[in-house]
Amino acid sequence: MKIVVFVNHVPDTETKVKIGADGKLIDPTGVNFMLNPYDEIGVEEALKTKQQFGGEVVVVSLGGDPNKETLRKALAMGCDRAVLLKDPAVRDSYAVASSLADYAKEYGADIIFCGKQSIDYDDAQIGGLIAEMLGIPSVSVVVKLEIKESAIIAEREIEGGHEIVRSSLPAVITAQKGLNEPRYPSLKGIMDAKRKPIEEKVPSAVASRVEVGAMSKPAAKAQGKIVGSDASAAAELVRLLHEEAKVI
Amino acid sequence: MKILAFAEQRNGQFKKTAFEIVKAAKTVADQLSGEVVAVVIGNNIAAIAGQLGGFGASKVVAVEDARLELYSTTAYSKIIADIAKLESAAIVMLPASEMGKDVAPRVAVKLDGGLAAGCTMLTVEGGTIKATRPVYAGKGLVEVVVTTATKVYTLRPNVFTAGSSNGQMASVENIKIELGDADFSAAVTEVKAASGKKDVAEADIIVSGGRGLKGPENFSMIEDLAGALGAAVGASRAVVDAGWRTHDEQVGQTGKTVSPSLYVAVAISGAVQHLAGMSSSKYIVAINKDKDAPIFSIADYGIVGDAFEVVPAITAEVKKLLGK
Repeated sequence: MKIVVFVNHVPDTETKVKIGADGKLIDPTGVNFMLNPYDEIGVEEALKTKQQFGGEVVVVSLGGDPNKETLRKALAMGCDRAVLLKDPAVRDSYAVASSLADYAKEYGADIIFCGKQSIDYDDAQIGGLIAEMLGIPSVSVVVKLEIKESAIIAEREIEGGHEIVRSSLPAVITAQKGLNEPRYPSLKGIMDAKRKPIEEKVPSAVASRVEVGAMSKPAAKAQGKIVGSDASAAAELVRLLHEEAKVI
Repeated sequence: MKILAFAEQRNGQFKKTAFEIVKAAKTVADQLSGEVVAVVIGNNIAAIAGQLGGFGASKVVAVEDARLELYSTTAYSKIIADIAKLESAAIVMLPASEMGKDVAPRVAVKLDGGLAAGCTMLTVEGGTIKATRPVYAGKGLVEVVVTTATKVYTLRPNVFTAGSSNGQMASVENIKIELGDADFSAAVTEVKAASGKKDVAEADIIVSGGRGLKGPENFSMIEDLAGALGAAVGASRAVVDAGWRTHDEQVGQTGKTVSPSLYVAVAISGAVQHLAGMSSSKYIVAINKDKDAPIFSIADYGIVGDAFEVVPAITAEVKKLLGK
């Protein structure tokens, strides 16, 4: 099976956002970057799929040289090879998806994994965009996956429950927490990853369709009211919520 | 100029977001001298469709088919795109719900349009729509402009206010879209509802618990308060990772982003990842023993005290107030 997993290189969740000099992006100084946690779940599922069906897992990322660190992590987890679609320019989701879809098509992917969203821009669009560009089905926010010969049964998380989805293959699967527990790279994996190739390709230029203006920080909240320090404050709190905030 | 508003329904009932989307679309349409056409997809849904008039839809297109009873990413996206073309809609608005987020990218590609996802504010300046959307789980906000002729927006649930209906009924047009087997290449076969559980993503009030509760058994206290308030139960990442609660309850950067009217954080210190997921709540109550806990920096009301004493007392007061 030809398995592709798309990954993004994102600021750690601990990051405190500081706006950079251009006013549009975050200041990367002192920020740790990592493999997007949902993509990591995608990598694990891709590896499990290979264990079941054999074949090859190619991990692909679009971005600049720093993305190689994330590709190495995926290689250390067990992906067979990596491709960097090298373009350090900022792209919107559409432009990213377009180049990723081109790669998947050229490679002839049987199944494509990615995270349900990237924790930087939180667009949650890439999977659906790629699938539609390739004219294939997709299942997003997947927490359980069963792959059969030419079809999949996936369970996706929705508000207040789950949906069971049947889909044909090839398909795009976007991973949600709970789908699996991503493995830690073994020492051997880390050593092997150093020898595995990272192929660099230049993706075709694609115009963004969303223009990003200034970034700001959410307005700071005024200092709240400390109502008390023990159970005797309960009545006053409930009164405030009822009469002042009017939320209960 | 027409805006197509996708009104999500499940089991023949509109989701709250359906009204929010129609109303938000109407607000934008009024500033662009346009009108709102709503689209409803499902089985036996024509009867509920007309009420969208009360929120600003001048017409509702209903697409009914027994095979559309449950969601299908491929069929729903085809229908929404086809209706947008039929109506020559320049703008399509959908909820950033699990259905909306799933279908919107496909709709955007079919219409050759750009998509601004998860918007929390839409303003019109000189005929241009500016959308504000949170990034880095709400730690930052960016203003975006969609530059294509056809523009697609998904709007975060619970942020745009639907208000109440003005009582008007819209005319309902039933449209048949030809759908073959290929249009159902991915389709839902079954919905498993969590047993009577309210989902944090849709709840108007959330009571969340953190590691300070010391053990999963002490969540009964959270459930009692949530029960009294008619609220959903939420959890911090720490307690989900510890296996005390399930991931669908997790609020924060790798959980759900929520915007309820009231968020009660019990024994949650307020790590940056947690704050990112709930800081846009309208009112925040923090109950924590540590007066320096970061959660107090964004709380409207706080009690610096022992949750084991305070929470049951609040539950009793709420019951008294609400006559339970």
